[in-house]
Amino acid sequence: MNMNFKSWLVGTTMLVMGTTGAFAEVVFNRGNSADPESLDPHKTSTIYEADILRDLFLGLTTEDAKSEIIPGAAESWTVSPDGKVYTFKLRAGALWSDGSPVTAHDFVFAWQRVVDPATAGEYAYMLAPVVNAEDITAGKKKPDEMGVKAVDDSTFEVTLNAPTPYFLEMLTHQATYPVSRANVEAKGADFTKPGNLVSNGPYTLAEFIPNDHIKVVKNPKFYDAANVKIDTVNFIPTEDRSTAMKRFEAGELDSNNDLPTEQLTDLKAKFGDQIKIGPYLGTYYYAFKITKAPWDNLKLRHAISEAIDRDYLAEKVWQNSMIPAYSFVPPGITGYETRTTDYAEMSQIDREDAARKVLAELGYGPDNPLKMEIRSNTSENHKNTAIAIQEQLKPLGVEVTYLNTDTKTHYGHLEQHGDFDVARAGWIADYKDPENFLALCKSGTGNNYSEYTDKGYDDLLAKAAASADPAERMKSLSEAEAVGVARDLCVLPLLYYSYKNIVSSKLKGWEDNVMDRHPSRFLSKE
Amino acid sequence: MLRYVLRRFLTAIPTLFVIVTIAFFLMRVAPGGPFNQEKGLNPVIKANLERIFHLDEPLWRQYVHYLQNLLRGDFGPSYNLPDFTVAELFKSGLPVSLQLGAMALTLALVIGSALGIWAALRQNRLTDYAVVAVATVGSTIPTFVIAPLFQLFFALTLHWFPVGGWGGGAFINKVGPVLTLTLPQLAIVARLMRGSMIESLHAHHIRTARALGLSDYSVVIRHALRGALLPIVSYAGPAAAALLTGSVIVETIFSIPGVGRYFVEAALNRDYTLVMGTVVLIAIFTVLFNLIVDILYAVIDPRVRYD
Repeated sequence: MNMNFKSWLVGTTMLVMGTTGAFAEVVFNRGNSADPESLDPHKTSTIYEADILRDLFLGLTTEDAKSEIIPGAAESWTVSPDGKVYTFKLRAGALWSDGSPVTAHDFVFAWQRVVDPATAGEYAYMLAPVVNAEDITAGKKKPDEMGVKAVDDSTFEVTLNAPTPYFLEMLTHQATYPVSRANVEAKGADFTKPGNLVSNGPYTLAEFIPNDHIKVVKNPKFYDAANVKIDTVNFIPTEDRSTAMKRFEAGELDSNNDLPTEQLTDLKAKFGDQIKIGPYLGTYYYAFKITKAPWDNLKLRHAISEAIDRDYLAEKVWQNSMIPAYSFVPPGITGYETRTTDYAEMSQIDREDAARKVLAELGYGPDNPLKMEIRSNTSENHKNTAIAIQEQLKPLGVEVTYLNTDTKTHYGHLEQHGDFDVARAGWIADYKDPENFLALCKSGTGNNYSEYTDKGYDDLLAKAAASADPAERMKSLSEAEAVGVARDLCVLPLLYYSYKNIVSSKLKGWEDNVMDRHPSRFLSKE
Repeated sequence: MLRYVLRRFLTAIPTLFVIVTIAFFLMRVAPGGPFNQEKGLNPVIKANLERIFHLDEPLWRQYVHYLQNLLRGDFGPSYNLPDFTVAELFKSGLPVSLQLGAMALTLALVIGSALGIWAALRQNRLTDYAVVAVATVGSTIPTFVIAPLFQLFFALTLHWFPVGGWGGGAFINKVGPVLTLTLPQLAIVARLMRGSMIESLHAHHIRTARALGLSDYSVVIRHALRGALLPIVSYAGPAAAALLTGSVIVETIFSIPGVGRYFVEAALNRDYTLVMGTVVLIAIFTVLFNLIVDILYAVIDPRVRYD
């Protein structure tokens, strides 16, 4: 009896200590709008896996809480005078989660793996600036011909085709993360499974139940483990945004990276500062089919663009979760001057008048309406946007019809260069550089849905690519935007995206930033 | 009887084959493919991906490959979730959907039948009207309305249950999804049972039984119920197949990791192998439960003979 009581007392005391005392495990339940496609960093492409992989792995460079570049797996680096050779000094004593050292050979292996056609990495093009990378992906050269070298165990050397000022920025992307060669070779395709996955980041993979949760736990072997305050992060897929809000309210989630825009006004009233909306590096745009009449007429394209009331779209359709856009490259990239269309600053009434005049000159009006079909992928917000535009253009004698198809059909149609008048698309930056947007208007690029070609534009991009001076390069890119977007409307910019987060006031260290990246290692929870 | 069951199993094979074939080619008629997305892929990379998944081969060869793999029990990899094979996704999700479906089915059949019988015995009285009214409402309110209402009231206001999540299969996490799945089925079962019970109670042999002075209990449970059960059984077969293979709405709203979501998700993603796997799964369940219904018919109604 006495023994029983004693053991009960000890047990209870331990339990109380465990739940309230210094041993309490800090758990961060992190809502993620979808499950990742894969946990193999070289096979991923979406933002859904980016946050998870950022916690699991550490690239050569990484970002701090404000998404500014800081040294990652590389402690330091040097760049050759011509800007083409980068030499990275890896962090001394850095370990994989299985205790083996992270070496330059792992990086050589990983980078050759990304561009290897057998991997079919969707983001192989992130390493396209590296010598021979593109030819390897196209099957014209062998992976070992890539411009990467392990000078010694801790020195990794990369040779680029041309000086690439945003190269260090690209290295924060998951496609450039290292994988442990020993691990991948031993486990094969199963290396991403919990129990198998070896990583070098602040966390290691503990559990992955599809559509339920991904649990990652603090990696004691991470070089900065002493400053990692959250012990466990559960990434919880939240396809249903309304449910996500209720789960947040009930305390089941500490954050979520998407919000139901239609409830935004109510949500702001209810959750106050916990709702975080701000500019994000992404653009929502339409593409005209420039190769066919009447959309080959630049004046007509501008008239349509001018007549669209973007303030209304942002405010009424998107509840201020989007920002009116007059350029393709969103503001927020240091050193880059965004180039907007001439009428960006004009009042909507003046714009409509100007548009009406142009349309009348071209012979369009209520008696001879211009027919325009907007194609988009299925979504309530895309539909409402198109309907608003339909109403805005109606008085000007433009008869807009709307056709929506599911995402795969829509983008399949665009990729095949199928017929359309105007089609909806969107682009979220992979890295903080204008080139990431402007390359979409380059002649012959797959995502150049309007099939825009202009030698002047292509030359300006080529000039930027060859430029070793970052300021010079930004200037060329800015000029390219002035030509391709502001002058020629290779895309019709409508809105800039905003990030939309709900973050519990218990979470500290959450810094809003234009890339909307928030590594768990910099967060803490009260 | 055994021979009948065996024969039914054998005839199921060509049925499944036809279903697989139609689904395979129908899926490929849909425009777009698994690798079309908002961020369009570089054509070289897309070609590499298609080669890895053999999508660059002629369609007939892909079909033959698929059938060969299927016969070996290999459903293939998922295109959109390449960390998992289709079989692994089912292994993780099917037990979840089966548990929820089985609980909902049991509740719907037991409570629905009881309510139906109760209403039938009190035909045209207040109880009857109440049951009919509740059943009508229950079967007309869609699950996408019931589920959020449940979350608002029981989870956010009363704090009795979590809003969503599987919680490793904790009982408390199952209540919402099970009740949401149960309610419409229960309503249908109650209405069916009421109707067939009323009909059964008017049958000649029941009048005879009453005339013989049998107790109410004996008349209703031993004699009338047997005949009244037949429509319930024929309804329960397909309902069971649908419930056990999961519901996309309930799973999405309650964040449940079942297999119900895959049918819609995979089709929208053009995840061909996952769509095919789901088709095979649902087909097997449907064939199986139709067989069970036919066997139960023979058990319940002595006039039904299969040999």
